[in-house]
Amino acid sequence: MVNWGLILSEIQNGNLIYGALYTLGITASSVTIGVILGLIIAMLRLSKSPWLRLPAMAYVEALRGTPMLVQILLFYFGIFPLLGFNRAPAVYAGIIAAGLNSGAYLGEIFRGGILSIDKGQREAALSLGLKNHQVMRFVILPQALANALPAIGNEFVTMIKDSSLVSVIAVSELTYRAMLVAARHYEYFTMYVGIALIYFLMTFTISRVLARLEKHLRRGHVA
Amino acid sequence: MTAVTRKPMIRLENVHKQFGPLEVLKGVSATVNQGEMVCLIGSSGSGKTTLLRCLNLLEVPTSGSIWIGGMEITAPGVSMTDVRRETGMVFQHFNLFPHMSVLRNLMLAPIKVRGLGYEEAEATALSLLAKVGLSDKADAYPRQLSGGQQQRVAIARAMAMKPEVLLFDEATSALDPEMTGEVLKVMRQLSDDGMTMMVVTHEMAFAREAAHRVMFLAEGQVVEYDTPEVVFGNPNHPKTRQFLQNVLKI
Repeated sequence: MVNWGLILSEIQNGNLIYGALYTLGITASSVTIGVILGLIIAMLRLSKSPWLRLPAMAYVEALRGTPMLVQILLFYFGIFPLLGFNRAPAVYAGIIAAGLNSGAYLGEIFRGGILSIDKGQREAALSLGLKNHQVMRFVILPQALANALPAIGNEFVTMIKDSSLVSVIAVSELTYRAMLVAARHYEYFTMYVGIALIYFLMTFTISRVLARLEKHLRRGHVA
Repeated sequence: MTAVTRKPMIRLENVHKQFGPLEVLKGVSATVNQGEMVCLIGSSGSGKTTLLRCLNLLEVPTSGSIWIGGMEITAPGVSMTDVRRETGMVFQHFNLFPHMSVLRNLMLAPIKVRGLGYEEAEATALSLLAKVGLSDKADAYPRQLSGGQQQRVAIARAMAMKPEVLLFDEATSALDPEMTGEVLKVMRQLSDDGMTMMVVTHEMAFAREAAHRVMFLAEGQVVEYDTPEVVFGNPNHPKTRQFLQNVLKI
């Protein structure tokens, strides 16, 4: 059965708290990378030039078509050493790998968001003399991003869970710490129930906060 | 009405526009003088909206030349941005920017395109809002306004760039009859102030009463271009008569 005492003591000694903070930090960093990369990917995919469009398309297909676990392993054991970062902390490899993955998904979301803006918006902005990049920056993107906000929130919640995958390269986030404690005390059921609850607490809280934030940001848009 | 000068503001010479195999404009030539309001009428598909959109290069003519003010906008190497800052456009569906307040809608282009300072742009925006009777809506968002109010904001937004020419693309077609009136009133006032205007419209009563000249298009060609008295009272061409009979049901 569940040994609640062990969970509590691992929370009190800070072990699981640090693990959860690590998880949140990895999530925030990789989603930030994902948002920036996603914007770039979306722009490239909407470009008229095939030299920009096709590589972006290939990138999205490659990252969505392979498991994130494999991407993390490939990045840490393959690409990082190749770039000469042999002794770099695994957490950086984890954050970048997760961010690259996130960028592919968010890129598609942003592209859809940009395409969903009525063409009258673009025409009105052009008719006022704005240049193409100004139309994108001041008129299309703010609306597309506001529409994409729930999707970004979703990506954040997903990443809280998926960041557990970086435990495989010994990043001391929540799952990795739980694995170590479980092995030390031979309390697998207890520790995994414990972190499942902690993960749920984080995702639930954050999705509530995001729902509120979204409502707040949309105030100007409703009659 | 203020006096219309004899100085040409818009000049079209043999303008053609083709969309794939479909030729929408088949050689349009016409002149609009400074301060004139010209109403474009004709059945749907006659090319009147395409003609209007050629004037700010939202559509680029396949051949032919267009001059606005002194500038040939169809000449090679002319910057579209330069053309568009001299020609304002008002759309059927208003196309206000929903994520900006009314004031911001009016200030965006003057700041980003004309390079105006914040205060100057704000002052212009406020005075234009007063002109269209919406001073109290400066901080509202477009979706909080009625259709007629949105269209008046859209007119003010186009005016904020101080264009030489205003283009109206069925500006009242999406409005209820009672809101149509408030928008037409603003348009009439602009015309009285001497603005050069090209107005694509289905409002025949407005064209008859307010326009200096009326242009009737059919199948991509100008069939009749004269004063409202002539076009409505004594049209020269049987096509014009047929069209007017259909729309006026007389």
